[in-house]
Formats: sequence, structure tokens, C-alpha cells
Amino acid sequence: MTLCKVLGTVTATAKHAAFFGRRLMVVQPVDEGGNAIGASFIAVDHTSSAGPRDLVLVLREGNGVRQLLKDKTLPIRSMIVGVVDEVAV
Amino acid sequence: MYLGQVIGTVVCERKYQGLEGKRLLIVQPVDHRGQPSGPPEVAVDAVSARQKDLVYLVGAREASLALEPSFVPVDSAIVGLVDAVDA
Repeated sequence: MTLCKVLGTVTATAKHAAFFGRRLMVVQPVDEGGNAIGASFIAVDHTSSAGPRDLVLVLREGNGVRQLLKDKTLPIRSMIVGVVDEVAV
Repeated sequence: MYLGQVIGTVVCERKYQGLEGKRLLIVQPVDHRGQPSGPPEVAVDAVSARQKDLVYLVGAREASLALEPSFVPVDSAIVGLVDAVDA
């Protein structure tokens, strides 16, 4: 899983049925100090509570997503699975 | 998943079984500001995207799950038309 900062939200009306009712966020991978590393990407929010500027934990692997959501057919590859309170290095 | 902008189409008369009738589009991956990130790629269209549309895509194994039948050889699929990016 990767640490990411939430940059904002994505709205899409026309989408694959797997995304109905799911929140889409733009996230930016960051290092342990909160510095941006790599390109931003889109993740589904499984916590339902992540918001802009939050530090979050993102799962970037589709099989884990399908196990969490209990649906073997979902074309979803990245998902926010935790809101980080603190990182100690 | 990632954002992209549709920049063209690809026509293949002969393609793998299961991909008949599926549209192939050339997509430029972009970041949340609309700036290109990485080289353009060919993606299969699951949502009737058009030229210049801002879309979001799913890659790898999950791309084929966006299609019916789902076991087809694609590694990039357009799965949503983006109305707005608030970031």
C-alpha cells in the first residue's frame, strides 16, 4: 500500500456500473515526510471519510479491492482503505 | 485508475475474439491539472467516450473486467466520463 495525500474529488455521471455510488478521489503519492513522489491518480474511497489534504493509505491492487468489496467482477484497481493519523519514522 | 484525454481512434478490422464491436481509442494520460503524464496509449472504450473527452481509465487485469465478456486481452479501459475534477 502507498501513502497518499488527497488532492480532491472527481465527478463522473456516465461511468461503468461498478462505480455507481462510489466516491472518486484524486490522490498524490507522498513519502513519509509528506513530500510528493510520482504522478497523481484516481482512487475509490472505501473509508467514506477521506477529504482534501488528508493523508491516506491506498491499496493499488485489484484483487485486494475485489476481496474487500466481495465482488469478483469489479474493474477497480486503487482504493483508499485508511485515513492516516500519524506517521512515525 | 488515472485520468486521460481522448485524442484519437484506432480501427482494427481483425482483432481477438471477444473484442468484436469494441471501440479502441488513443488516450493521453493526464494529471489532475490536465497536464500530460506519460506516453499516449490505446484503451478500449466501455462508456462511449468521444474525441477530446476527459475520462478516467483502469489499467492491467482490471481493464478486461470492464468488458463483457471479461476475459479479453486488454490492459487499459475507459470506465468513466469525467464531469469535473475538483483538486
